[in-house]
Amino acid sequence: MLEPYEILETIRMITVEHLDVRTITLGISLRDCADSDGARARRRIYDKITRAGENLVAVGEQIAMEFGIPVINKRIAVTPIAMIAAACPDEDYVPFAETLDRAAAVVGVNFIGGFSALVQKGYTTGDRRLIDSIPAALAATERVCASVNVASTRAGINMDAVAHMGRIIRATAERTRERDAIGCARLVVFANAIEDNPFMAGAFCGPGEPELAINVGVSGPGAVKAALEKVRGESFDVAAEAIKQVAFKITRVGQLVAREASRRLGIPFGIVDVSLAPTPTVGDSVAHILEELGLERCGAPGTTAALALLTDAVKKAGIMASSHVGGLSGAFIPASEDAGMIDAIRVGALTLDKMEAMTSVCSVGLDMIAVPGDTSAETLAAIIADEAAIGVVNHKTTAVRIIPAIGRAAGDTVQFGGLLGEAPVMPVSRFSSAAFIARGGRIPAPILSMRN
Amino acid sequence: MRAIVTVIGHDRVGIIAAVSTTLSRHQVNILDIRQTVMQEYFTMIMLVDLAAMSLSFPELVAALNATGEQLGVDVRIQREETFQAMHHV
Repeated sequence: MLEPYEILETIRMITVEHLDVRTITLGISLRDCADSDGARARRRIYDKITRAGENLVAVGEQIAMEFGIPVINKRIAVTPIAMIAAACPDEDYVPFAETLDRAAAVVGVNFIGGFSALVQKGYTTGDRRLIDSIPAALAATERVCASVNVASTRAGINMDAVAHMGRIIRATAERTRERDAIGCARLVVFANAIEDNPFMAGAFCGPGEPELAINVGVSGPGAVKAALEKVRGESFDVAAEAIKQVAFKITRVGQLVAREASRRLGIPFGIVDVSLAPTPTVGDSVAHILEELGLERCGAPGTTAALALLTDAVKKAGIMASSHVGGLSGAFIPASEDAGMIDAIRVGALTLDKMEAMTSVCSVGLDMIAVPGDTSAETLAAIIADEAAIGVVNHKTTAVRIIPAIGRAAGDTVQFGGLLGEAPVMPVSRFSSAAFIARGGRIPAPILSMRN
Repeated sequence: MRAIVTVIGHDRVGIIAAVSTTLSRHQVNILDIRQTVMQEYFTMIMLVDLAAMSLSFPELVAALNATGEQLGVDVRIQREETFQAMHHV
């Protein structure tokens, strides 16, 4: 029999500490939609998404009500469109993005991921066309998320693609400049991209994924912070244990929701992603967890160690709590979607360089970073290269979601609204990386032994 | 299907009676009931069986919310599995 304190603890985690299921993401393979006629391929894509995703939102809402767990987002991830569109001779892939946007609107999901290409080793014709279509595609759509994988531990770093993405990010910012370059908030550049990640903007349905899959992302930074408040001042052994216990409970909820969604939709369960994903809401911040560990502000010396402990404890607990853990699984440190991060940047505690260091031990990378509008394509590319190097050498996923805030300078703020929050514009190095980026080619894959 | 009903709010006369009446009106069987008063906060936890309930889950939620509003307390109903998953391995 359940004890009253257990029941009240759960209710407190949900009502006060913002425990929620952040997303139920339906992965849909579009590989059977490829066609030598682009219009026919788009019809098939639309039909498949709207058919497979028909009940997703309703089932998500039913589960939220019956189990008493908020399910914040219902989303869809599809096969990288470059792989599907390559079968047709069309050069402009914007109509494919518009098809995804329409299908997402009909199904009722707020984001659809998979306007993507995987070019870590090199480009196909379809990959190049897709990437060149990204700025116009993001400007023409509201719900489509784009991602490009430019590096992997096996393949090394495709520096041609890195340079290309610097230019694409700038062009995307220009195309959506009147809306604070919001197109860039839906564009992720990856190293070691994950095939079953349920979180946007980087979700896509990888080529090794089944026909359909339910992937669930849990969250609960507030619950972790509350657990740490109870052991304030105690040793790291105690703190790590406290994080593990609460992360275990959080993940069990995710597993329950994933299984239930899978059963009701008749779609196989894929994975639970046990990431701590903050929101701009007060009390839902990863930065505040790090501060609870004893740092005056997120970004102070010790922040990287604190984040390493947090990420590791969350992973350990999640792996015990779910039958299949996948996705990114760790902690997200977006600059805009976390009230504590925003504050830390504003007071000068957290810099871009410190964030880069933090990405070597968390689950993603430089996320939702706003930089001055005059940041060059080469500097953007060089930032991507650094981040990719961290991912490639450390066998982890890293990502760059960076927003050149056109017309704004360091210290200004850009407003994206909703879950995307607001981002203080961070200064970047004034020294040039242009000759470095101009080299092109590939940085070879790193050696996997002799690790120091 | 079993669920946990929790009622949290300021103590007053008739909370248990009103919530029980709403449940019984819709053929929801109460299996267990516990209550405490912490400071001035009244907390009641009921384990209920929904097998024979005469309305849908969303309708039951609406009925309980209405009862809660009349009483000025917060009434929640959640399937038991949520708590089992979190606290019992």
